[in-house]
Amino acid sequence: MTRNDIVDVLIIGSGASGAAVAWSLAETRMKILCLEQGDWTKQSDFPSNGRDWEARRFADFDVSPNRRARPTDYPVNDDNSLMKVANFNGVGGGTVMFTAHFPRMHPSDFRVRSLDGVADDWPVDYPTLEPFFAENDRMMGVAGLPGDPAYPPHQPPMPPLPLGKTGTRYAKAMNRLGWHWWPSDSAIATTEYDGRAPCINLGHCTPGCAQGAKASTDITYWPHAIRAGVELRTRCRVREITTNEHGMASGVIYYDADGTERFQPAEMVILACNGIGTPRLLLNSASSRFPNGLANSSGQVGKNLMLHPWPQVRGFVDEPVDGDRAPMLTLWSKEFYETDPARDFVRGYTLQFARGTGVVNEAITSMAAEQLPWGEDHHRIYRDLVYRRLQIGIACEDLPEAHNRVTLDPVLKDSHGIPAPRIDYTISENTRRMMEHGIARASEILTEAGATNLYTSRTILNSPGHLLGTARMGHDPDRSVVNAWGRCHDVKNLFIVDGSIWVTSGGVNPTSTIQALALYIADSIKQRLATLFD
Amino acid sequence: MSDNPATTLSPAEISDLRCVAAMMIPSSTVYDVPGADDDTIFADILASLGRDLADVRRALAMLAGIASLGSAQRDAAAVEFRATGGPLVAAISRVILQCYYRDDRVVRSLGLEPRPPFPKGHTLEQGDWSLLDPVRARPKLWRDAP
Repeated sequence: MTRNDIVDVLIIGSGASGAAVAWSLAETRMKILCLEQGDWTKQSDFPSNGRDWEARRFADFDVSPNRRARPTDYPVNDDNSLMKVANFNGVGGGTVMFTAHFPRMHPSDFRVRSLDGVADDWPVDYPTLEPFFAENDRMMGVAGLPGDPAYPPHQPPMPPLPLGKTGTRYAKAMNRLGWHWWPSDSAIATTEYDGRAPCINLGHCTPGCAQGAKASTDITYWPHAIRAGVELRTRCRVREITTNEHGMASGVIYYDADGTERFQPAEMVILACNGIGTPRLLLNSASSRFPNGLANSSGQVGKNLMLHPWPQVRGFVDEPVDGDRAPMLTLWSKEFYETDPARDFVRGYTLQFARGTGVVNEAITSMAAEQLPWGEDHHRIYRDLVYRRLQIGIACEDLPEAHNRVTLDPVLKDSHGIPAPRIDYTISENTRRMMEHGIARASEILTEAGATNLYTSRTILNSPGHLLGTARMGHDPDRSVVNAWGRCHDVKNLFIVDGSIWVTSGGVNPTSTIQALALYIADSIKQRLATLFD
Repeated sequence: MSDNPATTLSPAEISDLRCVAAMMIPSSTVYDVPGADDDTIFADILASLGRDLADVRRALAMLAGIASLGSAQRDAAAVEFRATGGPLVAAISRVILQCYYRDDRVVRSLGLEPRPPFPKGHTLEQGDWSLLDPVRARPKLWRDAP
């Protein structure tokens, strides 16, 4: 096996958290290397450059790794889950294909045991993370409007995305109902920002941004990190983390772009592969020293998978609205976010207000819902649907449950022969009651906004791609995988910085909090350099 | 296009698929649009099966011979397929719809410009931010955490 020169810090994964931690640690002048299994994506590669932009969302830019099936993807056995896995494997990771909706967790999300008597409190809190949220907003470039009464004060660096026709309809309806709404914080440039051009409304942001307005980490953190000396090596798929006789991580074995097996020694290893990739790698790193998988003396690796059930309700109004001629998300409502003892569930959800969808997707989804017929009536009915859609997503918190988990599939393997992950996941009764509450409220809002012909999707295939909780943090080594600052209890030079360390999931898109947490862990590492492995 | 059966449909499958395309979206003089079996659109469909080829082939196995049936029998076969085909219905719908609704004539009939989103983009009206005034007046919603 080819042996590379040793590095001080080896980061596995270049997505939301890997990029943030690489940039933050660069100032230490340590020798830092990041291994990424995917490629860089050029802006000219993104679907919105071509007439087939909608079709490519079902092909090479599908959010499902199983359907996308690029050489850089690995398969996931998600047969035993109503919700499927969404991700992206490339420089920038999931941020290349996220909606750029950028809410933070709320202060109460870190104290669910203390406040609501369920799950566990986090070993960190909102005030501790607040400066890292702000730093991340600055690095990613976030658009938003200060003054939201649903959050502690914060100041997004750019003005919000416009309301548009769709947002205006929602806003008026919410005011009539007397319910909270606010323009979403979005990781989308609305002005020139750090070398990025402002949004020109190319459509839904999920399949990447040809304009470079969306804040994927390949164009935010990585240029800064690389200029500061970090090396990013693509097409390198890590098979396992190795350990030495002291029980410390000694490096990784990976396959390079040519398929050559290499050993990369490192003084410190940082995992940033998110809630599926990280437990997969830890379990694939089982050895005689760590027979149940690396860093798994607690038995918690892979358990407590949280995916955010995400029902959607849509309806149609009597005039054209924005459709896909703008970023998908406009507003959020936190009216039902905090626990209310009068309800039959604990915790809560965010309502996300979407602008609509595109010409092709309208036809595909409406036909699947049997709202669009075959035959003579097709054209007439289609014209009553296209660009008339309002759609509300309900971002439900699901609580950690040990039986929702990632394991290694006994049969399925990736193109290098590495065992693939399998997920087993069910939606809890508490979450189901929350979903129904949200569906009823979304239906009220859509009706108030003048929509008819309502349709509800209770589970959305391959959405939302929030992969959380499978190597959770905590003070107790018997009940958690990493400590309060991301270091594995069992392996003192192994850190985890991605969504797998989440204790609970909140009811928000996680990227902002994942990155704030990664910056906090990087800062903790920098503060402790002299005693880091004690 | 190659004749490899792993990557292309057989002539019988093509005939059945074209029949299904016409049934799904017939031409319309009212809206001045072609049907999905139009030469140009159907050629695009055949060239774009991609990841759906296997599912389309399975769907067409359920619909085998539909092109040779009379009108009433075709309709009955389509109804049966849509009721029992599950994900195969979604697959065959997707391959037809994604090509139909990017055809220049169809896109123009919807009052839209046949072009990719980039680089021209779209204009989004700013809206009236004073709509937020009643929300701004609300007390804080978030809970303090111990």
